[in-house]
Amino acid sequence: MRAWIAARLAQTVLVVVLSLTAVFGMVRLSGDPVLLFMPMDIQAKDVEEYRRRLGFNDPLVVQYARFMKGAVRGDFGESLRYRRDALGLVLERLPATLLLAGTAMLLTLVIAVPLGVVTAVRRDSAVDHAGTVVTVLGQAVPGFWLGLMLIYVFAVQLRWLPTGGMGGLAHLVMPSIVLAAFYAARVARLTRSAVLETLGEDYVLTARAKGLAERRVVGKHALRNSAIPVVTLAGLEAGQLLGGAVITETIFAWPGLGRLTVQALLNRDFPVVMAAVSFTSIVYTLMNLGVDLLYGWLDPRVRTR
Amino acid sequence: MKKYLGLILTIGVALVALAAPWLATSDPMTTDFASGLKPPGSPGHVLGTDQLGRDLFARVLYGARLAVFIGACTVLLTAVVGSLLGLTAGFVERWPSTAIMRLADVQLSFPFILLALTINAIVGLGLRNIILSLSAAGWVVYARVVRGEVLAVKERDYVRAAAALGVGRARLLFRHVLPNVAPSIIVVASLQFSQFVVAEAAISFLGFGIQPPTPAWGSMLSESRDFLYVAWWLAAFPGAALALTALGVNLLGDWLRDTLDPKLRV
Repeated sequence: MRAWIAARLAQTVLVVVLSLTAVFGMVRLSGDPVLLFMPMDIQAKDVEEYRRRLGFNDPLVVQYARFMKGAVRGDFGESLRYRRDALGLVLERLPATLLLAGTAMLLTLVIAVPLGVVTAVRRDSAVDHAGTVVTVLGQAVPGFWLGLMLIYVFAVQLRWLPTGGMGGLAHLVMPSIVLAAFYAARVARLTRSAVLETLGEDYVLTARAKGLAERRVVGKHALRNSAIPVVTLAGLEAGQLLGGAVITETIFAWPGLGRLTVQALLNRDFPVVMAAVSFTSIVYTLMNLGVDLLYGWLDPRVRTR
Repeated sequence: MKKYLGLILTIGVALVALAAPWLATSDPMTTDFASGLKPPGSPGHVLGTDQLGRDLFARVLYGARLAVFIGACTVLLTAVVGSLLGLTAGFVERWPSTAIMRLADVQLSFPFILLALTINAIVGLGLRNIILSLSAAGWVVYARVVRGEVLAVKERDYVRAAAALGVGRARLLFRHVLPNVAPSIIVVASLQFSQFVVAEAAISFLGFGIQPPTPAWGSMLSESRDFLYVAWWLAAFPGAALALTALGVNLLGDWLRDTLDPKLRV
């Protein structure tokens, strides 16, 4: 077990180093990076000044070493727009994103998992068919369109909820529903197929044969065993919430990490882009590692692979 | 039921995309400022008009053309490149395998949409660049699935028999291994198609990708935000078209997976 954890940790460190390299590479691959960093209407003398100041005249190796050295210490440079520490801006926006993603996850756990279990246990019933329609639609409807339609109905027409921004509980309702929709639909489908699979196992048949109440068969024997794939897949999918936040936060003017990233891309504020993308990638990788470790702990068969 | 709905929707979208110039009653780019923001059902404009008086019906139809074109190009590009890399990684092993799979790990350490968006913001706007950025972010799935399949297939008796008979490596790979991996590639392609179409719309919605006045669903939705209070139809119809496309292709993909490769979960 210890060797396995050590191997996974080493692999994660490697992936993090390589993805920082990828972030550096992406920004440098596009011809002249100074033009990427500058507003469109910049004058030639300022370009030359910034080229020198940002160190783009140095050899690529030197620039790479400087970037990695800074990245390891959390220093991605200064935001070109706000003239402040780029990572500081990112960390400032983090709580808003965590609140949104956390609420979306909570919604998913409360709605999607029970829905998955019920539709599996009552297979081919009206509930199952209705559930399938909802989950299939949930996966097909793009979040940003769902967001616009919700804003039109609940903010423009009914005036029940604010159109965007961050504030009380009312502000949280639509963004978290939009962010949760796709994720919840997937988790419900995963739960359904996992429960269906365990319901077909021999030990469930044994439990039924010895006369256990159906409630106990499902609650004790089937659910516990289907928890492993659900936890793993839900954990892996949870990382996609970080991607979904990019769009959801933009629609609802939610002051989180995703909106910061989009605005930094639009403003060509590349120190902030590099800080935000690197940070997201590291969090995402660590989440995957966490899920892996949890999986290894839940299911010893994984470790011996 | 699922199968037929999926087939009907997918074929419908494909036909609309092909026949857009004949189906549209007016040009999607021609502005008519005097008749701007007309609601659906106005004479000559089934779905109404936008802020510049352009016919929304025509714009939605031409949007299908663009979405299908982008989706098809991206799926084709990622399928070819990703599968070739996956075949190499599975068949050659040693360093090419390690290099390709590490690259895949790195790409999978970014959420797909964030990666595609960032690449697009860097390489620039427009049709060619959105296809390139989606492809650069999307090939990984093929590489992983294909490599896994190749590792299993190449141990089978008929592959070993062919190798024992002295069949060359290239022939072995393309005649004996590839046909057995093909169903998985088809399934992944169908499941990826809707992801690409929705991602393109999302990226254009955020202000990158395809730019106005080109009638792309994403940029139409982006423009519609300013008029949500007065013209709901500008947001409703392009989004509905996008959702129906995704729904159709998803259903078709689910059905293909169940039929061709029940074990595969992407």
